[in-house]
Amino acid sequence: MNIEGQIRIPSGCAIAAVISKEGKKMTGEKIIEAMKPMHDRSNGLGGGFTAYGIYPDYKDFYAFHMFFNDRSCRKNCEVFLKDRFEIIKSEIIPTRKIPSITDEPIIWRYFVTPLRSMLASYQIDENEFVARTVMKINSEMPGCYIFSSGKNMGAFKAVGYPEDVGVFYRLEEYKGYCWTAHGRYPTNTPGWWGGAHPFTLLDYSVVHNGEISSYDANRRFIEMFGYKCTLQTDTEVITYIMDYLIRRQKLSLKDAANVIAAPFWSTIASIKDEEEKERLKFLRTVFSSLLITGPFSIVFGFNGGLMALNDRLKLRSMVVGEKDDKVFIASEETAIRVMEPNAENIYAPSGGEAVIVKVKDGAI
Amino acid sequence: MLINAENMDFKTLNQKIRECGNECHIIGCCGQRFIGSGMNDKNIVIDGIAGNALGAYLNGANITLNSNAQDAVGDTMNEGTIIVHGSIGDAAGYAMRGGKIYIKGNAGYRAGIHMKEYKTKVPVMIIGGTAGSFLAEYQAGGTIIVLGINSNGKKIVGNFPCTGMHGGKMFLRGNAEDIVFPGNVCVKTADESELKQIEPEITKFCNIFGYDAKEILNSPYTIITPDSKNPYKQMYVAN
Repeated sequence: MNIEGQIRIPSGCAIAAVISKEGKKMTGEKIIEAMKPMHDRSNGLGGGFTAYGIYPDYKDFYAFHMFFNDRSCRKNCEVFLKDRFEIIKSEIIPTRKIPSITDEPIIWRYFVTPLRSMLASYQIDENEFVARTVMKINSEMPGCYIFSSGKNMGAFKAVGYPEDVGVFYRLEEYKGYCWTAHGRYPTNTPGWWGGAHPFTLLDYSVVHNGEISSYDANRRFIEMFGYKCTLQTDTEVITYIMDYLIRRQKLSLKDAANVIAAPFWSTIASIKDEEEKERLKFLRTVFSSLLITGPFSIVFGFNGGLMALNDRLKLRSMVVGEKDDKVFIASEETAIRVMEPNAENIYAPSGGEAVIVKVKDGAI
Repeated sequence: MLINAENMDFKTLNQKIRECGNECHIIGCCGQRFIGSGMNDKNIVIDGIAGNALGAYLNGANITLNSNAQDAVGDTMNEGTIIVHGSIGDAAGYAMRGGKIYIKGNAGYRAGIHMKEYKTKVPVMIIGGTAGSFLAEYQAGGTIIVLGINSNGKKIVGNFPCTGMHGGKMFLRGNAEDIVFPGNVCVKTADESELKQIEPEITKFCNIFGYDAKEILNSPYTIITPDSKNPYKQMYVAN
């Protein structure tokens, strides 16, 4: 079977997200329901979820969610991991056997912490150490794939429709303050488990509806900084761009949004506030290779919040709504109404307008 | 006839609509696409959220939606009326070639993209609130009216309206002085005879949504039309 990288995959898709600003926990049931009316946006070749706040008992440890092709891949990988990490717990991620999800790889979960001696010898912090480990395993260890690597969060993804993927992973048993979801419509690929959304690195996750025209320009730039785009799905590069801009360049979310969905020069020229104009000029000039063109609507998740963003031309749909402590985001209003029939302040953000929602300080 | 659309897929729903006679009231609608597509001689009332491509290829039926609409309402519609008692998503009236769309609230991006007309077939879209960017992109015919009701001083149209417009007309309530238009269109204050053309449409809009037509009409309107027989002049080639 050809996997991605050997085959090109333009994609449609559905996204949805919910976050409680009060940090109140929700099971995965609501977000699974939200994907149902958007069923026709996917074609059964990929579905996935990200959940934040689900591992409170292990919140100080990185949670690695991994796919292995077979037992020997897992054994080899564990030897590699044990050299670099203290493994606090390792277990199979519980799943349900259902007819709609087949051919699953071995799906395992590790709670780990980097060995202090390794950090000292590399002279890097633990996030950077974990990020490098993820890149190394995903690019150099065939049959092994880390698809989630953050603290107190996790990604769950598979080949199938999202509502089935949610049942498969027993998401009703997890409780998180923030959930994101994705249904995939790759039109030109057999699809494989690693190619489903979300794409994550550390606690950053991206679900994406769209098709990035600038993928290769973005990839060439980001690979100069140690990121390896091994999956050749466009969405992967968004995750690495966000990690680069936010964790390594320490940009604010708003600045990062203005880099990847920068306004047109003509729009910048018409801005009257000189300081704002200079800020936008600076970001477009310094990070010109990280402008993402082509259609996208994304939800970018991180510990403590999320950001929703459309491409600057708004070539994909995205709707936002609110109710009490919760904010809802989805490709279609109907998905929001399923999660909360009485959602208020429904609106469609403009192209390039970042919607940033953070959980109240101290609520988590 | 009442149709409960809960947990019904779009094919079944459209089948029920076809079978239900001339009067059709759908309740519990939850994102089903293509409702009423290609239909004629029917009055369809919808409660709940209608999915994408509501009334696509509509051929004479009347659709009333008592909530917000999603994307691509009236895609390529030929005849009939769509009334939306809320806001509408992107690409409303995409390539419509006849019929009317009345929107109480705001429109998303690309409303009226490539709307066209031929002889007696002249589509009309009225947006009660504001419209997003790329309004009337490549407009080739028909009439688009934006009223900006409850816009609270904000621009009533986003960026890049009328890009590639080469036919039809657009009317904006107010003087549109904060809106930047491309070089391929003429922008001027509508004169009395031009206003006469849209008066019946605006009156009908006000009757539907309960506005005072006198008040809405008592304002300057800006009319935008393509400025030459060769609208691509300077856009692609220097001829």
